Amino acid sequence: MSRSMFARNPSVLVFLAILGLFTLGVTLMSEWAGSEIVSTSFVKTLGKTLCLALVAVAMDLVWGYAGILSLGHFAFFGLGGYMIGMWLMYERTHGIVASSLAEATIPPTESEIAGAIGNQIFGVVGSSEFPAIWAFADSLALQLLFVVLVPGLFAFVFGWLAFRSRVTGVYLSILTQAMTLALALYLFQNDSGLRGNNGLSGLQNLPGLDHVPQSSISIWFFWASAGALALGYAFSAWIVSGKFGSVIRGIRDNESRVRFLGYPVEAYKLFVFTVTAMIAGIAGALYYPQAGIINPAEVAPIASIYLAVWVAIGGRGRLYGAVIGAAFVSLVSSWFTGGQAPDVNLGFYTIRWVDWWLVLLGLSFVAVTLLAPKGIGGLLDHWTGRLAPDRHGADLGPDSGSLREAEAEQ
Amino acid sequence: MKQFLLAAHMLLVSTVATLAETGPVQAILQEQGDLIVKSSRKTIGPAIEAVATSGLPEAQAVLQAWQVKNIWMRKSDGLFFLGERIDSKTYRLIDFDSGDTVGEYPKRALKNIKPNSGIRALIGTALVQFQLLDPDPDRRMEALDAIERAPDASLLAPLRNSIDGEGDAGIRARKMRIERLLTIAHGTGVDERVAAIEGMSTDLGVDVRAALNPLTRTRVMAFAGEIPDELNVARRLSPGSDDLPREEAYALLVATDLAPALVGRDAIREALVAGLEDNAAGGVQAGELGTDEARMRAYGMLAKAGTVPALVTDAEIDAALDAHVFAAVYAETSPAVTAAAESALARIANRVGLSQGADLALDALSLASIYFLAAIGLAITFGVMGVINMAHGEFIMMGAYTGYVVQQFIPHHAVSILVAVPLAFAVTFCAGVAMERLVIRWLYNRPLETLLATFGISIALQQLAKNIFGTQARPLTSPSWLDGAWVINDVISISHIRIAIFVLALIFLGIFLFIMHRTRLGLETRAVTQNRRMAAAMGIDPDRVNMLTFGLGSGIAGIAGVAIGLYAKVTSDLGADYIVQSFMTVVVGGVGNIWGTLLGATGIGFLQKGIEWFNPSNTLAAQTYMIIFIIVVFIQLRPQGIIPLKGRAAGD
Repeated sequence: MSRSMFARNPSVLVFLAILGLFTLGVTLMSEWAGSEIVSTSFVKTLGKTLCLALVAVAMDLVWGYAGILSLGHFAFFGLGGYMIGMWLMYERTHGIVASSLAEATIPPTESEIAGAIGNQIFGVVGSSEFPAIWAFADSLALQLLFVVLVPGLFAFVFGWLAFRSRVTGVYLSILTQAMTLALALYLFQNDSGLRGNNGLSGLQNLPGLDHVPQSSISIWFFWASAGALALGYAFSAWIVSGKFGSVIRGIRDNESRVRFLGYPVEAYKLFVFTVTAMIAGIAGALYYPQAGIINPAEVAPIASIYLAVWVAIGGRGRLYGAVIGAAFVSLVSSWFTGGQAPDVNLGFYTIRWVDWWLVLLGLSFVAVTLLAPKGIGGLLDHWTGRLAPDRHGADLGPDSGSLREAEAEQ
Repeated sequence: MKQFLLAAHMLLVSTVATLAETGPVQAILQEQGDLIVKSSRKTIGPAIEAVATSGLPEAQAVLQAWQVKNIWMRKSDGLFFLGERIDSKTYRLIDFDSGDTVGEYPKRALKNIKPNSGIRALIGTALVQFQLLDPDPDRRMEALDAIERAPDASLLAPLRNSIDGEGDAGIRARKMRIERLLTIAHGTGVDERVAAIEGMSTDLGVDVRAALNPLTRTRVMAFAGEIPDELNVARRLSPGSDDLPREEAYALLVATDLAPALVGRDAIREALVAGLEDNAAGGVQAGELGTDEARMRAYGMLAKAGTVPALVTDAEIDAALDAHVFAAVYAETSPAVTAAAESALARIANRVGLSQGADLALDALSLASIYFLAAIGLAITFGVMGVINMAHGEFIMMGAYTGYVVQQFIPHHAVSILVAVPLAFAVTFCAGVAMERLVIRWLYNRPLETLLATFGISIALQQLAKNIFGTQARPLTSPSWLDGAWVINDVISISHIRIAIFVLALIFLGIFLFIMHRTRLGLETRAVTQNRRMAAAMGIDPDRVNMLTFGLGSGIAGIAGVAIGLYAKVTSDLGADYIVQSFMTVVVGGVGNIWGTLLGATGIGFLQKGIEWFNPSNTLAAQTYMIIFIIVVFIQLRPQGIIPLKGRAAGD
């Protein structure tokens, strides 16, 4: 048992190696390295995809391993984005305001600068006062801390309330969805202090780095995203590899049995739920500076459901499956909705993918759930020859233990 | 001959000599001729009054002609006539008194009297008294509308005069009501105004409050010495209290020139910029003026030098505030009237509050019935069968679009709705059965995957609806007998559609109970729900029962879609807007029990409206807090719902 985690899970090393090669390849082909093969905007797309892969890993941890189908993890992702966005927006506006006020005949006072910044930021929602939640927006260190703490705190409070009452299964999913809806509705209000449905914008410009071209900034964020994904992946693999991982898989398969064995099931679930929320927050904090804008629509419940879709298509219960699913679906989705996919002319009707992509996604999602519950990751099992014995009938799913359908019928 | 005599009589009264053959109207017009020709709003009053109070039968016609610029003056003798256009250059003149045509004249021989809009409004006011006595009831109502639009003191007397002769009871009541309102605002005696106010103090009408509110309007005033006795003081105010914060009190003193103005940050900055000499102000270098402290120091120096007004210190502010008396003063001078108005408003406010409570309860009930309607199909599929159907909202949408399509073929609204309801049921029933057969039955033991698979169907259906019907909202028009609202009083009212939805919700409750407890399908459904294997052993085909039950739940969602489409616009997002609330309704009520769903819908409806009542402008916040409330309080207290399942089924 003293073997290292990597020795027991060679797939982690394989994944990290592939990620490293991919990062190196993209870096060499980017405009930053003087090449024209990969454009800056595509580097941004790839960087964003890595962030989505990270939040998908978190989702896989909480759903695929712990069996909690959370429909709120994209809300934590968005919260992380809001936290970093507050600092980016404040500092950038501070820089602009300070330089414009410095041209006045006498230097501005602190309160004059703060008032002008408030006016700039909150003018769109008809206010110029800084809400209390912006109190630490001038401190990068604190806001970076909030990227982890705020989603973590939200997840902790919600999880504590829900798990303590033994709300499980679909009820929990619906409650997480309701929580996400509440958060999105709250952020949509103008007096929420986060600029209502305008959201935070201009996040792609890093304060104090106006002279740095976007090609450099995009590659920096790409590296940061790749690094975060590598760390998050290794961390998740470490969590699920040891005894802890066995316990949370046990909770997924039969919660009551684990409880009767004496494990504090609620504490385990709460830990996984909170930690994954924090990972989601980090992923969001890296995603939104690359996207440039964040608004409450990003936090809406539908986004969290898409997250579950990615993980399911990629193959849940295996971390690389989540990465594959997130990368595959989000890239294919942007290819289809970006108008790059060729139209299909049926003679009587032309299928334009911008309109029909969601129909295709929805139906293929149904097909994956029905026909290939292991998702794309299941293909790797075929390749490595690691197939489960035919146990007659479909998997009964996490909630009903390890019995298969045909066995359960007996 | 008679005319001649009348004219002669007028001549005796009149000091202006006119031609012998002119009639009495012409005489009056001639008497006011200068004013009429001058046409100025300030001076025209006596002329209009002379015509209006002449008591002549033709007066109304003259005023009307005047108002529409149809009076012409013959330049040759200055007489006024009604002009009738023949062509662009020629006009036929008609005498006001006799109605006879005087002759046709070229335009250049005439002068048109063109009253400006101010004068026309004055004429309109004068005309109201004629309209109030008009034999045509519609005209009398129009006159009352005009008074309500522009209540004016001058209309009080003609209105009072017209009440006695009023034959129509309805118009008479309205006249008396408007007379009371006019008396409140413009009555001459204090007693009659107080009586009018007291008479209206049980009326909930917005117009009553609009008449009373100006009477109780106050203005905060500052006085150097004692308050003059002639002022009607509402109450004295002390600066620094909630009613009159210190800053406001001082600002009032500044505004009335009783105290020097405060020097604000901006003023200090501007003074310093203006006072810059050799890159320094008040002895402080410009570069150092980046702090408040340095700016105050520099400004102090400038003030000492006398170039800028001195800063007002806190002690000076206090002294100025102590030296003055503050009071809220009524604009209305009579204390009796203001006291009566205050007490009447308080009484009205009480009654309005009660009515608003009742109105809120009606609103909540209607919202509850909408939630119930949206959730009742879910109560069957989710509550009874335990199947999570995320596409339930899209079935609601399908029902609404079915209604829309039916209306494209059957233009008659009532008939089309009657056709749409069963058709929507049929369409969504088929869709539900198809979905159950193709997808859900493979996933019966895997609820989380059912949730995801049905979600896949949901996004596909939503996008499909967008592709077919476009993204813009489609109208589903209700029959005309559902338009309008049931108005109980000025505050409480509820639209007929909402009543219809409430009734529909009750009908569905009845249908659901009937099917579940009185039919074979219901019996079999309950049996399969409780113990599928035992039911199968008893000869029930569980597959068939599941299929039909799911179809039933989906079909009811379709009918709910028609109902919801009637009051909301039909869009592809229609269902998605209700799905979370629907699930919460079922979960809160307790899965597997229709009464629980009913209680859940009622609770959520009342809760949401109740929260909205605290902050009516912000429904988003109301929904947010409602959801948080339910998450926090509800799952802590009754995680199994209001009516939890009992027995073996609860273990699942």
